[in-house]
Amino acid sequence: MISCADAVKQLWEYLDGTVGVADRDAIQEHLSLCQRCCGEAEFAGEFRNFLASQHYEDLHPAIRQRLSTFMEGL
Amino acid sequence: MVKTVFRCCLIASTGRCNNDGWENVFNDRGRWIHRTDGAIETLRQSAIIEKKERFRETASAHLTRLYSTARHFVGDEAEDAVQDTLMKAYENFDHLQDDHAAGAWLTSILVNCCRDRGRARARQPREVSIEKVEEFSLYRKIAHEDPFPYSDSLHLDFLKRFGREDVTEVLLSMPEMYRVPLVLVHMEGYSTKEVARMTDVPLGTLLARLHRGRKLFEKKMWEYAEANGLLKEDVR
Repeated sequence: MISCADAVKQLWEYLDGTVGVADRDAIQEHLSLCQRCCGEAEFAGEFRNFLASQHYEDLHPAIRQRLSTFMEGL
Repeated sequence: MVKTVFRCCLIASTGRCNNDGWENVFNDRGRWIHRTDGAIETLRQSAIIEKKERFRETASAHLTRLYSTARHFVGDEAEDAVQDTLMKAYENFDHLQDDHAAGAWLTSILVNCCRDRGRARARQPREVSIEKVEEFSLYRKIAHEDPFPYSDSLHLDFLKRFGREDVTEVLLSMPEMYRVPLVLVHMEGYSTKEVARMTDVPLGTLLARLHRGRKLFEKKMWEYAEANGLLKEDVR
């Protein structure tokens, strides 16, 4: 089984689905047996969701207006 | 001069001209007709107006996202960066072949405009000591330091302390080479291949920067929380 350090090092890539099949299987095996790394994996998932929610969802009307005016002047 | 160049272009595609200021072109029924300079000028103006309207329509649909991305890239200079982007995009609008690709196309222009601004400020790019960053785990740091002893969801509570402006500040403290992939992949949802194309780096380099960027971001999050009092129980 791979070490905790090796598993944690690749957690984000594992969640991204960008690790190879052998690495994926090794990480899955590790996570099935290591509670601490399961916590790391769960937090990595939460952290990804947190990042994905960091858009500025609204554009202030004054800024939109200024940008629209700018486009009209192009 | 502009008129002459335009007319020559038009002639090349549609008809012929003599020296009296008119030209022969095909009409929509395939018959030869004469056009004067005035008509050509009108056509030219119509083409400009049509391009401008089409550009406005395309760009307006992406303004919120462009501004959001720019905030994470250059902070308070976001509006200026978006204006730079709009200007360059308009100049090159004819290169956009597929309207569905407009978002990625505009974002790649924004990346370059923000990079130019970063260079102008002479703050970027710079390497960081990655060795120290590689070993850092925000999960373990939070568990070890236990900043909220009465919390049932310690790690989530840590994340909840951060507003968007805090996240922007943390991002702005990172070198551009790590900040840009992190924002584009994890906040804007582009694939790593798309971001490699947008930033003009090989995919392997992009993946390495993304990995380091995540670790660096975790470390900077903790440092920011410590420095700005986000680890106090009653801070918010």
